[in-house]
Amino acid sequence: MKNAPWVLENRDENSFLINREAFISDDVLKLEWRKIFNTCWIYVGHASEIRNPGDFQTRKVAGRPILFCRDVNGEVRALLNVCSHRGAIVCREREGNARGFYCMYHGWTFNTDGSLKAAPGEDAYGPKFDRSTHGLTPAPRLESYRDFWFVNFDPDAVSLDEYLAGAKDYIDLVVDQSPSGRMEIISGTQEYDIKANWKLLVENSVDDYHIIATHTTWIQYMINSGVNMKRPKGLLLPSAGKGVDLGNGHLTTDNPNYRGRPVAKWISVYGEEAKADIDHIREELVARLGEARAERVANTNRNLVIFPNLVINDGSSVTVRNFTPVSADLMKVTSWALGTVEETKEQRARRLHAFLTFYGPGGFATPDDVAALEAAQEGYSAFREAGWNDLSRGMHKAPDDQLDTDEGHMRCFWRKWSQLMEAN
Amino acid sequence: MSAAPTFSVTRAEIEDFLFHEAELLDAWKLDEWRELLDANATYYVPATDKPEASHEDTLFIIADDIVRLRERIIRLKDPSCHAEYPPSRTRRMITNVRLGAERDGCVPVKANFIVHRHRRNGDTRVFTGEYRYILRISGENWKIVERRAVLDAAELGVLGSVSFIL
Repeated sequence: MKNAPWVLENRDENSFLINREAFISDDVLKLEWRKIFNTCWIYVGHASEIRNPGDFQTRKVAGRPILFCRDVNGEVRALLNVCSHRGAIVCREREGNARGFYCMYHGWTFNTDGSLKAAPGEDAYGPKFDRSTHGLTPAPRLESYRDFWFVNFDPDAVSLDEYLAGAKDYIDLVVDQSPSGRMEIISGTQEYDIKANWKLLVENSVDDYHIIATHTTWIQYMINSGVNMKRPKGLLLPSAGKGVDLGNGHLTTDNPNYRGRPVAKWISVYGEEAKADIDHIREELVARLGEARAERVANTNRNLVIFPNLVINDGSSVTVRNFTPVSADLMKVTSWALGTVEETKEQRARRLHAFLTFYGPGGFATPDDVAALEAAQEGYSAFREAGWNDLSRGMHKAPDDQLDTDEGHMRCFWRKWSQLMEAN
Repeated sequence: MSAAPTFSVTRAEIEDFLFHEAELLDAWKLDEWRELLDANATYYVPATDKPEASHEDTLFIIADDIVRLRERIIRLKDPSCHAEYPPSRTRRMITNVRLGAERDGCVPVKANFIVHRHRRNGDTRVFTGEYRYILRISGENWKIVERRAVLDAAELGVLGSVSFIL
């Protein structure tokens, strides 16, 4: 592979450029699998998805089929869902509860902790056959933070706790919605492809510069519904937020809310009858967390990127969004809604309604993001003549002065990406 | 054996209504389509992994009350609706129409659908599934009370977004 500079940063000229070939090159993707997805902590799932012993979820994680389950003793496992015998996918159901797993190819059976239970006609392997070395292979590392579980395929990786760095504070802000500190993934999964490079969704998820142009119709919907979307002079959005570097390639926006939050900022879209209930949610937050922290939880939004491919958007609702490249120009996206375990039926319904006003493949905003990302991907085919993305907004200002509508937080992602890609 | 239900409408009449609706949607005559909606009409596209669940406790792809459905029409007519500008070309085939038992002036209707959606650059996507309607047939003009498009796809995957009225 040619040793092109992927990121050109010129601090004297306040210029930060990304080589568009980084979005279309299969060689770059190959290197990303090796240097990023094989070394970073990759999100696998949430504890609430495997609440009971025997519960399991099957999913692709960093390109591998993973069986994310809770064994009969209650321990969380992330096993490669690949038969130790001849490599077939063992559990082929999306989710469920099982006492063990059965490979349909030759009938090998495994316990919920991955150990081999039995192989039909085991005596044919002779007296030296050792069942204990024929279990399902566990992911080399599996650790969690506040019920978010991650795997790492590098046995020597730093701990998840160290890896998450400043991102932990923002996960805490999300989880603080719950009186007991327990959030849950709500039933119903949005799974859709975007014909674009996966890094475009990283940028898009935290890019507040695009809101006005890309999401005109969503803004109009808010205005039609009586929400105040007026922009103060000099601002691109109704409120000025920050773009924040959280270390290790993680980043977030941190914005005073203007668009309503089921927890806990009422807007007219929710209906008059919801007002008192949202006041109660807010009162509980204040009583538990104090006014200042409650204000952070209730009245600020954050779009959080956990490097490299997990996004937690805590805005109109909370979405957990995970995406994986299939090829340089295609990614698979999986999105869930996250809610507190305590919320009432009415609160849950309101949260889901608020989710769908903006997010997801049928929302008023996400489809236009998809269109924008696919348009960009198409544009990159001209990379030989029109070769560079400009990510320089706000670069003349200090790191602490970066607005959410600047691109300082995205530059943090690219610096980390570039550092890993160039490491030996 | 219970008596077969009696109907005040024929399947052919229901089919005519569905074919008319399909024609309006395929022609993007969304204002005319809105006239078919009951004052409290709802429109649902359930989650592909939980097609039988309720939108109140499960994340759907689309779960519009009439307010949001009217806003969706406004959005779809706006050139700033980037996902559908220029509008996709769609063609819907509606078959296997089945009527349920009439109640309170409404009839539940199921029908199979194939919707082809075309955009430039060879982008053709095929949505198949089952429509489930509740149609109010008591008044002078029939109205859609509930419209549910249940997709067959196990995941949206290559179908991408559901950015038009499915």
